[in-house]
Amino acid sequence: MTEAIVNDLTIQAATVNGSGSQTANLVLTRAIFHMGIPVAPKNVFPSNIEGLPTWYQLRITPEGHMARSDKVDILVAYNVATWREDLKTVRPGGVVIHEEAFSTLDVRGDVTYYAVPFAKLAKSKIQSDTLRKQLANMIYVGVVAGVLNVPWEALEHGVRRQFLAKPKAVQVNLDAIKVGYDHWQDSFSKQDPYRLEPMTGAVEGKVLVEGNQAAALGALMGGVTVVAWYPITPSSSLCEYVIAYSERFRVEPKTGEKLISVVQAEDELAAVGMAIGAGWAGARAMTSTSGPGISLMAEFSGLAYYAEVPVVIFDIQRIGPSTGLPTRTSQADIGFVYTLSHGDTKHIVLLPGTVEECYELSRDAFDYADRFQTPVFVLSDLDLGMNLWMTPEFKYPDRNFDRGKVLSKDDLDRLAGEWGRYQDVDGDGVAYRTLPGTDHPAAGYFTRGSGHDEMARYTESADAYARNMDRLARKLETARQALPAPVVDEAGGSVGLIAFGSTHAAVIEARETLAEAGRPVDYLRVRALPLSDDVAAFVGRHEHVYVVEQNRDGQLFDLIRLALPAGLVGRLRSIRHYNGQPIPAAAIIDPLMDREAVPA
Amino acid sequence: MSTTLNRAGLARDAYKGAATTLCAGCGHNSITNHMVKALYELGVEPHLLAKMSGIGCSSKTPAYFVETAHGFNGVHGRMPALTTGAHLANRQLIMLGVSGDGDTASIGLGQFMHMIRRNLDCTYIIEDNGTYGLTKGQFSATADLGSVQKKGAVNTFQPIDPCAVALALGCSFVARSFSGDGKQVVPLIKAAIAHRGTAILDIISPCVTFNDHDGSTKSYSWVKDHEESIADVSFIPFFEEVHVDYEPGTIRDVRLHDGSHIVLKKLGEDHDPTDRQAAIKVLEEGRTAGHLVTGLLYVDPTMADFASTEHIPDRPLRDLGEDELRLTRDQFAQFMSEFA
Repeated sequence: MTEAIVNDLTIQAATVNGSGSQTANLVLTRAIFHMGIPVAPKNVFPSNIEGLPTWYQLRITPEGHMARSDKVDILVAYNVATWREDLKTVRPGGVVIHEEAFSTLDVRGDVTYYAVPFAKLAKSKIQSDTLRKQLANMIYVGVVAGVLNVPWEALEHGVRRQFLAKPKAVQVNLDAIKVGYDHWQDSFSKQDPYRLEPMTGAVEGKVLVEGNQAAALGALMGGVTVVAWYPITPSSSLCEYVIAYSERFRVEPKTGEKLISVVQAEDELAAVGMAIGAGWAGARAMTSTSGPGISLMAEFSGLAYYAEVPVVIFDIQRIGPSTGLPTRTSQADIGFVYTLSHGDTKHIVLLPGTVEECYELSRDAFDYADRFQTPVFVLSDLDLGMNLWMTPEFKYPDRNFDRGKVLSKDDLDRLAGEWGRYQDVDGDGVAYRTLPGTDHPAAGYFTRGSGHDEMARYTESADAYARNMDRLARKLETARQALPAPVVDEAGGSVGLIAFGSTHAAVIEARETLAEAGRPVDYLRVRALPLSDDVAAFVGRHEHVYVVEQNRDGQLFDLIRLALPAGLVGRLRSIRHYNGQPIPAAAIIDPLMDREAVPA
Repeated sequence: MSTTLNRAGLARDAYKGAATTLCAGCGHNSITNHMVKALYELGVEPHLLAKMSGIGCSSKTPAYFVETAHGFNGVHGRMPALTTGAHLANRQLIMLGVSGDGDTASIGLGQFMHMIRRNLDCTYIIEDNGTYGLTKGQFSATADLGSVQKKGAVNTFQPIDPCAVALALGCSFVARSFSGDGKQVVPLIKAAIAHRGTAILDIISPCVTFNDHDGSTKSYSWVKDHEESIADVSFIPFFEEVHVDYEPGTIRDVRLHDGSHIVLKKLGEDHDPTDRQAAIKVLEEGRTAGHLVTGLLYVDPTMADFASTEHIPDRPLRDLGEDELRLTRDQFAQFMSEFA
């Protein structure tokens, strides 16, 4: 046997959608995490309820890399339909755990095979006919645990944690895992170098959270009270988590009254419309959508921009255009969302790059929306939103809500009723508003998406239109200064990287690899649109700056080029990854090394 | 003009709005006047009124009454969504929507139906003239089969009847009227506002510029000749005493949740406004006979409205603060630990 490979491997389980395999994968993930070992799961699933192939990648690294790996060390081949193709993905020297009944005629010879009679074991050892199909997946958890030396105690924890809400299910699942665990002990001797050993110091204080869970929690902590949504992958779970958490934290125990309203709307047009209506009436309101849904929200987004109504809109990006690949990740909405609607429109767009930021920016989005009286988009994606990520525990907010410039009855008394809804009193472009229900004869005004003057009166005046549009631009400039600044990590090198969102994980890993290869690169991560001046300054300090993103057209690359002084534009280069699989570090390292190898 | 103060301490003038920019003689202007009268007589507090609309001639009218109230002229056909959100944010508001036949029966048909399905507590007035006025006279989806356009084109499609749609969906308040019939429109507006749930009031409102000619079934003369009121409507608000001095068997009295009464005096055939099948029948019989049936077609004062079904408190959600909306520090710490 070659030298041991400890805590540094990628497991890929190839299974059938709808068979319960995701539960098995999560149990394994939680068990390994419980050993103190960093885990990074990626679920690659089909747009299908049952029957199509699905893959789950569990990457394990001592450093805690969270990007997808493009190399598989251990394949669990559980799906005969993809068995031959899956086999090709395994790294030479890797391990293949497969159903014994699969044909091994002419298979490759550079990997270790463990043929397991999964079907026979399930039939003979799992007593319950109704649960057999679900529990059968647990057998491979036991086998993998055996191969990698996962202690039984860790598996027990994994099962208990996974079935937190269904404690009755714990024992039957453990029994099924035991079938695989025992089969490994009884039938195999270890032939491969891979092993897991408990670690200390790597995962302490960390938890496993999906981005959509984090955003749901952020929304509750941000004070959302009206949520309107229409189901769409990969956004649905965000609102479903809001519903689940609201049942727990937003129901008045005495009366049963809910301190939140979550409406499943008839479509995305209605969903965003309800959120805007609520924002207009003074509630903190949101919707969440993806792909086709964000296209449908364009008209209403323009109304909220022009009539200046606060609302938070989550876009959990998936592959487009059109229906695209509904269950694959993408960052290709950034250009569209930034100017969503006809006419001159520009929006605040927040770009969380970690699950912790999904929580924080979701929470703070409601403050930005109220402060700037405009839609605030939170752009996440399937990879960030639906996969579990290792993260430090989130921090409790250290400040109260910022409800922005709202005039109360007392304010109006003090002003003797003299105010204009769209007057720029403070010179920052942000006008004062009143809420319906304010008991003052001067409070009411007429909100409209048609032309209006400072007093909210209908007008087709050329001057009034231009003045209003200029003020809106001024308001966005005020917002630009206040939005989350880019995160810069710089050591004075000549080459820089710029990225946003879930690409962050691959950038971290790429930078480590590049530094080890004697090619350190600086890094700026954009966290909001419109772009901060820090971006141009960063480009100005580097000879070459690579903008890395997960779309075909280099949409952030284009936005940055437009924001740069002409003299700096030539320094910018583009790295794009757009096949729907989360970007691996290699997709950054390889093109960067290629281009930097060429003399300038 | 009355200077008598209503129960809100306001004169009738307080319910007026900006000057109309619609055509002289437009049915919508009459409805605006009916609205002013109804709101004044009900003593609605202007700051609690939220005037909602979509896009079109009808949707401009909320600017022409109760100028001191908040209003929201949204996007085409999507007034129900805005109204739903605003209502959920603040249940204290009186949601009063004004829409048109294009706004309701074409682009907004989906939202119209889903609002009814939820029984959102709002008044939804359709200023129905069978034509697209602002874009200069195209047929709308409520135009009757065979109805003739000003330039002579004949409508070849079945109309969508908003009242029939509402009844089919189980709407809790369905009425039809005519902009020229203030005696009927005013009490129906009052009843619609008092009703807790979705109140649909389809008011035929002739477009003097594009749809008031011979061959139109939405013209003043056609409606005057064909209107068939099913009952005289009067509305007695909760703050007034009920005096009923009709012959037994000639009236029907519907008590609304707030203690108001709708009193219906029989004109011809007796119509029970709480019988949905009867309402559908009377509408269908009128259509077959070529009559415009007006009046209160159906009301169910007992159906729970959306916010009640959803267990939303009466106090406005928009007023809640950090103390009620955030997890406590302990809850937060406990919650985070569950992710380990």
